[in-house]
Amino acid sequence: MIKKIFYILFVLVLLISACQPTANDVRTLTIITHDSFSVSAELVSGFEEENNVRLVFIQGGDTGSALNRLILTSVNSKTPEADVFYGLDNTFLSRALEQNLFEPYQPEGLENIPDEFKLDPEFFVVPIDFGDVCINYDRAYFSERNIELPRSLQDLTKPEYEGLLVVENPATSSPGLAFMLATIAEFGEDAWLDWWQAMKVNQVAIVSDWETAYYNNFSGSSGKGPQPMVVSYASSPAAELIYAETALSESPTASLIAPGMCWRQVEFAGILNNTPNRDLAEKFIDFLLSKEFQEDMPMQMFVFPVLPAAELPEDFITASQLPETVSSLNSALIAAHRDAWINEWANLMLK
Amino acid sequence: MNRSGSRTWLLWLIPLAFLLFFFYQPLLVIFRQVFSERFNQGWQFFSWEQVTRPLGFTLWQAFLSTLLTLLIGLPAAYLFARFDFPGRKGLRALSLLPFILPTVVVATAFNTLIGPRGWLNVILMNLFNLSSAPINLLNSFSAILLAHVFYNTSIVIRMVGSSLARLNPHYDEAAGVLGANPWRVFKEVSLPLLMPSILGASLLVFLFDFTSFGVVLMLGGPQFATLEVEIYNQAMNRLNLPVAGLLSVVQLAFTLIITLLQNRVNNPRYGKAALGSERKTLMKPKTKLQKLYVVLLSLLVLILFVTPILSLISRSLVTFDAARGERGEVETGLTFRYYTELFQNRSGSVFYANPLAAVRNSLVFSVLTMLIATSMGLIAAYALASSGKFIRWLEPLFMLPLGASAVILGLGFLITFNKAPWTSGAFPIMIPIAHSLIALPFAVRTLLPAIRGIPISLREAALVMGAKPWRVFREVDLPILLRAIIASLAFSFTISLGEFGASSFLSSPQTPTIPVLIYRYISQPGALNYGQALAMSTLLLVTSAAGSLLIEKIRLPGEELF
Repeated sequence: MIKKIFYILFVLVLLISACQPTANDVRTLTIITHDSFSVSAELVSGFEEENNVRLVFIQGGDTGSALNRLILTSVNSKTPEADVFYGLDNTFLSRALEQNLFEPYQPEGLENIPDEFKLDPEFFVVPIDFGDVCINYDRAYFSERNIELPRSLQDLTKPEYEGLLVVENPATSSPGLAFMLATIAEFGEDAWLDWWQAMKVNQVAIVSDWETAYYNNFSGSSGKGPQPMVVSYASSPAAELIYAETALSESPTASLIAPGMCWRQVEFAGILNNTPNRDLAEKFIDFLLSKEFQEDMPMQMFVFPVLPAAELPEDFITASQLPETVSSLNSALIAAHRDAWINEWANLMLK
Repeated sequence: MNRSGSRTWLLWLIPLAFLLFFFYQPLLVIFRQVFSERFNQGWQFFSWEQVTRPLGFTLWQAFLSTLLTLLIGLPAAYLFARFDFPGRKGLRALSLLPFILPTVVVATAFNTLIGPRGWLNVILMNLFNLSSAPINLLNSFSAILLAHVFYNTSIVIRMVGSSLARLNPHYDEAAGVLGANPWRVFKEVSLPLLMPSILGASLLVFLFDFTSFGVVLMLGGPQFATLEVEIYNQAMNRLNLPVAGLLSVVQLAFTLIITLLQNRVNNPRYGKAALGSERKTLMKPKTKLQKLYVVLLSLLVLILFVTPILSLISRSLVTFDAARGERGEVETGLTFRYYTELFQNRSGSVFYANPLAAVRNSLVFSVLTMLIATSMGLIAAYALASSGKFIRWLEPLFMLPLGASAVILGLGFLITFNKAPWTSGAFPIMIPIAHSLIALPFAVRTLLPAIRGIPISLREAALVMGAKPWRVFREVDLPILLRAIIASLAFSFTISLGEFGASSFLSSPQTPTIPVLIYRYISQPGALNYGQALAMSTLLLVTSAAGSLLIEKIRLPGEELF
């Protein structure tokens, strides 16, 4: 047995030493981001070669977790855990800016980005991508039963949609939070809870996270759950098409994009305070706004580029719907009320 | 152990130092940071209800879950330890599998089985012509209990089973000959002897349920919150670290209290000769009652543990996609598409990982964890088994990692070990270390009853005859401990293999473990992603089954196979 253990240890040492990188004087740039972040290997190695740098990515959970992790580690040490943060969204924007996490930077090409995305006028962070949180529906369910699609949030409180929608808890899920904010934007701070009360009567299903909602509750996904409507992203139907088992002519799902039904999430990137690699961090932000990266994003993360000149892949366009009007709230207002709103929501819906 | 001199005592410091450095240090660092500002601002930052509500629920569900787990686990442990029947070994190995599955996979497995459109409901609906699903377990309190039983029964089977197998059957016989009826034999002979391992197993199960996170969040749904869920919520979503810190102190305190309480009842009162090395206690079921027992319990174990897993595996091999929403032809058939797809980097992502690379990453971490946790556990258990009052008092210290909030400890890790040498280099050494912290209480708890059961007379005889301590260990202790050591190896191996939270926190996205990869697939829409998550889960099951079977094969040189 002892011989065996030594043998195992020997193999392990070999494995570990095989993983060690060869030492040379390549600098490293560390990017902290959320779990949904992805980019083509090709683009990364291109950037690495061009700038003689090694990119290290840290995925810190969802956006809130990654931000929180950053706040905590930056309080504690002079040099930040990473050089760049990518993935801050408009629901967390004020909160992050209050914490003084970023150094301002105005990258080249910023003038090409539409003003609607530039939510931080001082450019501590710059917009990179956006996506809409909308209700997805199971197309077959509605067409087979000849049920009309709801045309507004208010429609969802009607008896014909009883028990047909599943939403995520805004306290534990970021699309859940976005959807809650959409209802506040739509009905106003005084009346939004009335809508939720009506939805409670109408048997809205509530789960903790997107995975459960989409795969266990939603009938349009492979999990074939009981509810034909789910709070997800406007780009999810495109993903259903692209990641279908057998080539489909159209996506089995679609989004409800009537006015007031979708919430726009804009994602930002920024250079972290006191980074020793300011020059490389600037180049990386430039890279994020470059046409190559902006065109790479849709298929990697199923989000839309903020650069209007970026061309979208055909598959992505076919199944994606862009709502014409989207809801939004002032990010300072969100920062001030977010906890109170979540508490009010939980007190009403989970009791 | 009074002969064992100062050098042995130094050996005991190793696991202690390990814990102090990797567990108590980061915990103190994070608590200091979280509370330092609060000391000046007073303690009016929370309401008592914020603490009592999750605490009450946590205790209640953990109590019920533990009771149910024992109710099924004890008879099952007896089944595997006493009866020889066809398929015993396979069934026993399968019963360990639930233990490793990440919650998101268990939720999926339950959904494919008892979900509103799972096959059980579909069959029942067709059979009885029902219009709606008769079983509505998901998103309820019952789902939490069911999942806890599903997860933790194997702890009882393994830990109590290893004592049962060492129970000297002559004692039963002797008591019977002396005229005691079977109930009295059980109550006065077997039960007291088994009590340490039963209590030990209950404690672990209770603490596991007490700190339950994923099960409550994903299967119970948003109306239920344990302390751990509330800590996560406060820390990560509300960014309210003081309340999160306070709740995690409460959780730790209760873990300590529970451990101390259990420690008080857990004093072996009987002679140690009663528990010896593993005997050939297996027998074929003879009487009708015994046969019935074997059949019924095997069925129960099969239904409870094996069907959700089989349903998961079968779903990874069968396509339903064309039938989705009843468009076009219904095409269900065997497919390996999900598996072959795993080897393709369709989007050319920089984070793509070959499934075999993920298996390799996971195996490296879990073998390291297995060796660290079991060797540390063995040393610690020896120290705790010794008569020294001081050292026995240290036991809760080794159990506390089970009660630490993963979120708070994780943040502590980040602050404390966020510098060289811990973060430098490409090998995330913190992962096996974090896994070892989780596995260490298991190792200690599994090994301790076995060590306490080593007859002192045997050891003394060997020493008197001039054997060196190492030889005494090898030839007296080791054969007696072997079962327990194997159980500890198997536990720590599987704990590490299935662990998700710490791995996702500490691993780099380019070197994911299997559970991290599963999560990556299931967090994206699309039939292929769903299928790949199931395929990856199957791979996890296969890896774990192969690993535990290999571990079970460990034999001492010269030991007979039975």
